[in-house]
Amino acid sequence: MMKSPGLKIYTIAYLVFLYAPIALLPIFAFNDSRVIAFPLAGFTTNWFVEMWNDQQLWIAFKNSMTIAVSSALFATLFGIFAARASTRYNFPGKPGIIGLIMLPLVLPEMIVSMALLVILIGIGVPLSIFTIILGHVLICTPYAVAILSSAFSSLDRSLEEAAYDLGETRASTFRLIILPLVMPGIISSLLISFTISLDEFIIAYFLGGNQTVLSVYIFGQFRFPQKVPAIMALGFVLVCISILLLTIAEYFRRRGIAKTGGKDTGGFL
Amino acid sequence: MDNGSSRGRFRDSEAAQGYLLISPTAVYAILMLAAPLLAVFVYSLMIDSRAGASAGFTFGNYVEVWSGRIYQAIMLRSLWVSMLVTLITVLLAYPVAYFVSFHVKPERKALWLFLITIPFWTSYLIRVFLWKVILGYNGVINSGLMSLGIIDEPLTVINYSIGSMVATLAHAYAPFAILPIFVSLEKIDRSLLEAGQDLGESKLLTFWRVTLPLSMAGVIAAVLIVFIPTIGDYVTPELIGGGKIPMIANMIEVKMLKQNDKAVGAAIAVSAMLIVTAVSLVFLLLNKRFLKGQK
Repeated sequence: MMKSPGLKIYTIAYLVFLYAPIALLPIFAFNDSRVIAFPLAGFTTNWFVEMWNDQQLWIAFKNSMTIAVSSALFATLFGIFAARASTRYNFPGKPGIIGLIMLPLVLPEMIVSMALLVILIGIGVPLSIFTIILGHVLICTPYAVAILSSAFSSLDRSLEEAAYDLGETRASTFRLIILPLVMPGIISSLLISFTISLDEFIIAYFLGGNQTVLSVYIFGQFRFPQKVPAIMALGFVLVCISILLLTIAEYFRRRGIAKTGGKDTGGFL
Repeated sequence: MDNGSSRGRFRDSEAAQGYLLISPTAVYAILMLAAPLLAVFVYSLMIDSRAGASAGFTFGNYVEVWSGRIYQAIMLRSLWVSMLVTLITVLLAYPVAYFVSFHVKPERKALWLFLITIPFWTSYLIRVFLWKVILGYNGVINSGLMSLGIIDEPLTVINYSIGSMVATLAHAYAPFAILPIFVSLEKIDRSLLEAGQDLGESKLLTFWRVTLPLSMAGVIAAVLIVFIPTIGDYVTPELIGGGKIPMIANMIEVKMLKQNDKAVGAAIAVSAMLIVTAVSLVFLLLNKRFLKGQK
């Protein structure tokens, strides 16, 4: 390994820049002042209490959970179908079909949500939590496909053939051999889709009708300067949850690689 | 392979199984993505959708969008902001990707990448909001500098400006740029670099003539991955720009929902997709030419 202190210092400075805004969350979430400014005023947990007692926040939280759990389940299910099809089978038009499925990755979310809105209003579907789920499944599926494709492609095909030779059917092979091997990929896909759906704002904002979810609630609070400290507290809690979920996802991803005997080549995506 | 001939025989059934397996996901994407996009395209060619039903076929909406002063200004601004963000993000990200790929021990690389990607997975809205808190009139920078006695009056240049929007977006999309560059650097055969240095090139020249060209595909991928979402960003102009510096996404919202002019809104949306596609194609072609020049 070559040594170069300059690059290392630069990278650490870069990481500090990356994390600096997030570091403000705990500082001001515990700061005893309604104004977000220096110098700090003292320690308090009032903002967490205020957050806890906010009825609207709980409604938004419950809606968000329903949406994130359903989106994660459906996106991962669609992801399993697409990833298995694209890694195991060859068929004409495959690049085009996969391209369409992955398209939301390169489309601005505003365009996805407006397109969906136009057609939903056109056919008279009332806007609700259900329509948010429709949109979130669409944008989570590409991530699920990407994660699951790498899980499926690291499978050794001879394991599957051995199972057929030993008399297992296609379905039982999938259940007994393939599914357990890609399980870490499935869990990681569920967690990533859950996190994306929980964070997503634009689709939730435009397709939700009068239903509030967490991100829309946060956006709405920006209009009230006195609510800012409570948002800092909420943000701190959300960041902690995200980091926890990601750490679990990363753990399963690594275990998956170890299980299939592959070499770790880096993080998500 | 010993089963080569049998695979040929089963080709049809293999294709059939592939279609069957991918059909749920494909049907969902067709219903929820292809059909709605087609609907937007049809809307953009309608005469007056405010009246309810379509009244005919026209290119008038596109003429309005492409020749209107306000539309032009907003589209140029979106392009300018997203290009600036892309340039800054990619330039700042390259050394980081280079460091992780060339100077970190293989077993610690995953940990570094994990550290770099964590901020990306924390709530986007909260991160943008934090920049508002940092850059605002009574924000962290102003109050911090005032309490230190460096300035007497709050700085006004840092709030509600294009510069603060660029800073916010560059921060939000930073991890996006690092990953593709890192992947392309990882693929470089290390013996090529040693060969370069054995033949008497300096480290800097080796980087310039071997490493940089070989990682260009990753740089192009990073450019696209940052450029595409930033040009369509809605939250940052709304919160950091204070709604006074709209970009394409904000304009689509105003037309589609606030003014209920779906035809023009759809024309803007299609135009935005065309701009994104055009810029992407330019970069992909550049990449292709670049790779050809290598040989």
